[in-house]
Amino acid sequence: MPVVHMASIVPISQSVGANRIIPTVAIPHPLGDPTLDAAEEKALRRKLVEKALTALSTNVSEQTVF
Amino acid sequence: MSYRIIHYINQFFGGVGGEDKADLPPEIREGVAGPGLGLAKLLGADVEIVATIVCGDNYCVSHQEEVGAFIVDALRKHDAQALIAGPAFNAGRYGMACGFACAAAAQAGFISLAAMFPENPGVELYKAATYIVPTSDNARGMGTALPPMAALMGKLLRGEKLGSPEAEGYIERGVRVNTFYEKIGAERAVDMLLKKLRGEPFVTEYKMPVFDRVTPRPAVEDMAHATIALVTSGGIVPQGNPDHIAASSARNYGEYDISGVTDLQAGSYQTAHGGYDQTYANQDPDRVLPVDVLRDLEKEGRIGKLHHLYYATVGNGTAVSNARKWGAEIGAKLREANVQAVILTST
Repeated sequence: MPVVHMASIVPISQSVGANRIIPTVAIPHPLGDPTLDAAEEKALRRKLVEKALTALSTNVSEQTVF
Repeated sequence: MSYRIIHYINQFFGGVGGEDKADLPPEIREGVAGPGLGLAKLLGADVEIVATIVCGDNYCVSHQEEVGAFIVDALRKHDAQALIAGPAFNAGRYGMACGFACAAAAQAGFISLAAMFPENPGVELYKAATYIVPTSDNARGMGTALPPMAALMGKLLRGEKLGSPEAEGYIERGVRVNTFYEKIGAERAVDMLLKKLRGEPFVTEYKMPVFDRVTPRPAVEDMAHATIALVTSGGIVPQGNPDHIAASSARNYGEYDISGVTDLQAGSYQTAHGGYDQTYANQDPDRVLPVDVLRDLEKEGRIGKLHHLYYATVGNGTAVSNARKWGAEIGAKLREANVQAVILTST
């Protein structure tokens, strides 16, 4: 089954061998941004997760950063 | 002080037969058999092989619980201190059997040691659990395999302090030990760099792990009907961290049921991770594990469903060998649950 890795430091995702990679916001809050208000923050998170679903729905032949 | 040990060998070296006898259940013989004859001469006067366990390779690999109990029981009954296994050379199932036998003995508190070819699959599986002496890839190397086995077993029995794996002649187990040096780390690092620049040989003090590569899996074709699972190394756990996942160098992972949970609330979930500022994850754990958004997408029919279990550990100084093992376990569980894809989040 395909796996998408959502993390902030892309070179680490690459070195551990993730094939589908979504760069995220920051180490302590990869899928959030405490400086935004709640609605904006959730919209940001949704955008990233939608990107992850796109990555999972896309065939790749090598390590790919979406 | 004299020592009593048991020798573990397979059906072939026990003289029972070849592949056709690989289903032989474990049996115990008093005294030495097969390669134990040579080993006994090398072990020294204070070490006696009191018994030999002979077991079929297939039987051992497919009845681990029973064989493990048999071995521990035999060690106790014979009042033995240690188990020595093999050498297995490059025989894969024999190597796995020797490694398993030693791991079972070690777990019960006995000294244990196996010997096999470094590329035997038993090495990767059991090198952390027992001492493994490297051998050649076939039984012609018996003569060179036995002396280092006997020497290391003697040291272990006598409780002598062991040097590095290279110095003692066993395969590196991934155990870190503290050592005092004359020079501080910065000086040693500069020395090493200068050697590297001059093209001279140098020995690293900390080997970087070699990471796996996996062939990319095919895409999910029908996301609207797919089950998606969440896995994280960011340490999101139910409040109170019920599985006591360590803040660093984690020794385990947790499996948590999020049936009916639509949003990870502060106070119900938290992070156990000690490698980043926990403030933001504790305020809103969805910032690490996006359950809220996936529930929305599930309700809207964008995904079939969010798997009712999620898996979490702490990726902070965690041993790669542990992470690899847990990854394989989690993957097997998700496959069994017919999950089609995984979102893995890391901090």
